[in-house]
Amino acid sequence: MRQMTGARMVVQALKDQGVEVVFGYPGGAVLPIYDEIFQQNDIKHILVRHEQGAVHMAEGYARSTGKPGVALVTSGPGATNAVTGLTDALMDSIPLIVISGQVPTFMIGTDGFQEADTVGITRPCTKMNWLVKDTAKLAETLHQAFHVATHGRPGPVLIDIPKDVQFATADYTPREAAKVSHYQPRVRGDEALIAKLVDLIETAERPVFYTGGGVINSGRTASTLLRDLVAETDFPITSTLMGLGSYPASGKNWLGMLGMHGLYEANLAMHGCDVMINIGARFDDRITGRIKDFSPHSKKVHIDIDPSSINKVVRVDVGIVGDVTLVLEEVLRQWRARGSKTNRAALPKWWAQITEWRAVKCLTYKNSSTVIKPQYALERLEALTKGMDRYITTEVGQHQMWAAQFLGFEDPHRWMTSGGLGTMGYGLPASIGVQVAHPDALVINVAGEASWLMNMQEMGTAMQFRAPVKQFILNNERLGMVRQWQELLHGERYSSSWSEALPDFVKLAEAFGCKGIRIDDPADLDEAIKEMLAYNGPVIFDCRVEKHENCFPMIPSGKPHNEMLLGDADTQGVIGAKGAVLV
Amino acid sequence: MSALNIKKGSSSHSAYELRDPNGDLIESHTLAVVVDNESGVLARVIGLFSGRGYNIDSLTVAEVDHEGHLSRITVVTRGTPPVIAQIKAQLDRLVPVHEVHDLTAEGPSVQRELALFKVAGRGEARIEALRLAEIFRANVVDSTLESFVFEMTGTPEKIDAFADLMRPLGLREIARTGVAALARGA
Ligand SMILES: Cc1ncc(C[n+]2csc(CCOP(=O)(O)OP(=O)(O)O)c2C)c(N)n1
Ligand SMILES: [Mg+2]
Repeated sequence: MRQMTGARMVVQALKDQGVEVVFGYPGGAVLPIYDEIFQQNDIKHILVRHEQGAVHMAEGYARSTGKPGVALVTSGPGATNAVTGLTDALMDSIPLIVISGQVPTFMIGTDGFQEADTVGITRPCTKMNWLVKDTAKLAETLHQAFHVATHGRPGPVLIDIPKDVQFATADYTPREAAKVSHYQPRVRGDEALIAKLVDLIETAERPVFYTGGGVINSGRTASTLLRDLVAETDFPITSTLMGLGSYPASGKNWLGMLGMHGLYEANLAMHGCDVMINIGARFDDRITGRIKDFSPHSKKVHIDIDPSSINKVVRVDVGIVGDVTLVLEEVLRQWRARGSKTNRAALPKWWAQITEWRAVKCLTYKNSSTVIKPQYALERLEALTKGMDRYITTEVGQHQMWAAQFLGFEDPHRWMTSGGLGTMGYGLPASIGVQVAHPDALVINVAGEASWLMNMQEMGTAMQFRAPVKQFILNNERLGMVRQWQELLHGERYSSSWSEALPDFVKLAEAFGCKGIRIDDPADLDEAIKEMLAYNGPVIFDCRVEKHENCFPMIPSGKPHNEMLLGDADTQGVIGAKGAVLV
Repeated sequence: MSALNIKKGSSSHSAYELRDPNGDLIESHTLAVVVDNESGVLARVIGLFSGRGYNIDSLTVAEVDHEGHLSRITVVTRGTPPVIAQIKAQLDRLVPVHEVHDLTAEGPSVQRELALFKVAGRGEARIEALRLAEIFRANVVDSTLESFVFEMTGTPEKIDAFADLMRPLGLREIARTGVAALARGA
């Protein structure tokens, strides 16, 4: 075994785990690690401008590659700044390894300079975390951390390393020697339960596949298997915000996204189905609406790698614990072996019903020749980037929902949004993380002006590391989603939902040294988008849009799927007191 | 549009109706959780209960396998059957948790708790306390002319019963360990 310092172990372990890039910010408690990073060339370090940015960048990297993302922060404020990103990754099951420095072991508990109880603060927002007090255990802990982050339901982990542990020397435990034996979550689905699912596939009259981020997390093979299953059964398929791209938006069985701002046909199919097959989704409240009236007449099947997800909010008839890839393989094997049967008498009727729902054209909006409608801006962005090697991140708000509705995703790992936590300020740093992972691709952050300001300092990172990210800001000068809720729920009293004193985004772009484009005439939109796409470097695109557009369809909180609002005409007084207490 | 009239108490999460309409029956379950004996693990387990709003009625923890570095946590919790199932699933997915056993559901089990009672008094009350302690097989582990400390091992119910009897006889303090439990049989 090789002897080395703890700081060197960190770099060695990252190399052994195949890490190419670390997003981080230095400080006193991680200086030994930074010294080691300085003395090697295998691992690239991206210097961020705020530790929250580092963690979101690591998320963007992870979400767009399927590999774990790595962030490095100092003790105290460095670690506390990482908390939002950790929580975001936990909610969306994103594998991250965050390494934090800590005051030396002999000072822990003395309220030393930049001391924070980092493992205490981050315990509820990590899948697992460790305070390593002994250099001899450091390498093994690092390898375990990678194992835990990437096995079972993925998630963020944190390793807190006191400075004296970084300086001390011990034997390095290689990756193969690290004990990971006891954490081996179940990945293979129960064959008898899968047979029950196959029974339901064979007999269902009104089936629907309801897929989620679990399909993406399971890897590309899962998407391929899902496409096979959909094609061969000819069942309709919808997906959560997190699962977009696992089935192609151009696919003929695609119903569009479901949920609070999901498509009419998707939500009504969920409400009216007789067999619901949930693959890697978790019955989130954005999806279910009022639980009591959620898909009242269906038998429900749930495939999930996390046993605690099954029966957590919705009781299911068949709960299959396992990795989506392995479960779908077995579903296809059994179903094909039994003759690939479906209820061919009933399915055409179901499709005829769906065709009727589709004819409602729920995404219709009133376009304008004088103001840019946000939906129109996204339609044009979609048209002008079609077929490109394109990755999309978003911030949080109306623009995020419109992006999910109006952009089409053909493949997994192409759509990286903050779903579970809904973190404003996520999109810009995430786009940089994506661009670092895919230097030659087109990476666009669809943003709201308010969200974008929350981490705009990261434009400096984009400039320094030549990440040509396009910041497509749908600027309505409003906290649009808040404004929409105030309109619907709070008597149109727009309490603090203005974006006042906004910066001049074009000048801001100049100040950062990148390109700024402002546009407010729909007639100029295409040219402006082309200019953005043609520019070889970061662009801040200030797209002035209609200020009071509402995002539809919308299922108000606490309402069932079939009480969806389709447009402004539907909205008067629809949300009762009971719904108003919900978020 | 008029201001919304939100009823008192409606800020409880009633509209989601997460509670199971069929599962209103609250049950008490004793769970045995085998965990890595490492710092922070107990905090993670307890944090799970507080963070997700579950109850802890009693909790004991100690290392049970020095070589294997394992501790056993015995926790008595309450909830409807779906909530109990969720608690077990949530415990089981924690990385440092090796095993979760529901001793209430998995068959008969023995449950024991150790308690110390300080009872102060003179005369008749003192004699009565001593007599009852004998009936309950409590041991005297300390005595002065004015007080006893009794030690008793038993089910939580037995300890409750003894405490009720001692209260009028001068009960000053009780220390209880919480429940330790094992499944019966091999
Ligand atoms: C960090 C954070 N704070 C507050 C919120 C609540 N919130 C959700 S959407 C929104 C408004 C977003 O405004 P903007 O980014 O301009 O997007 P728009 O809705 O206008 O498209 C707010 C404040 C949040 N999601 N995240
Ligand atoms: Mg806005």
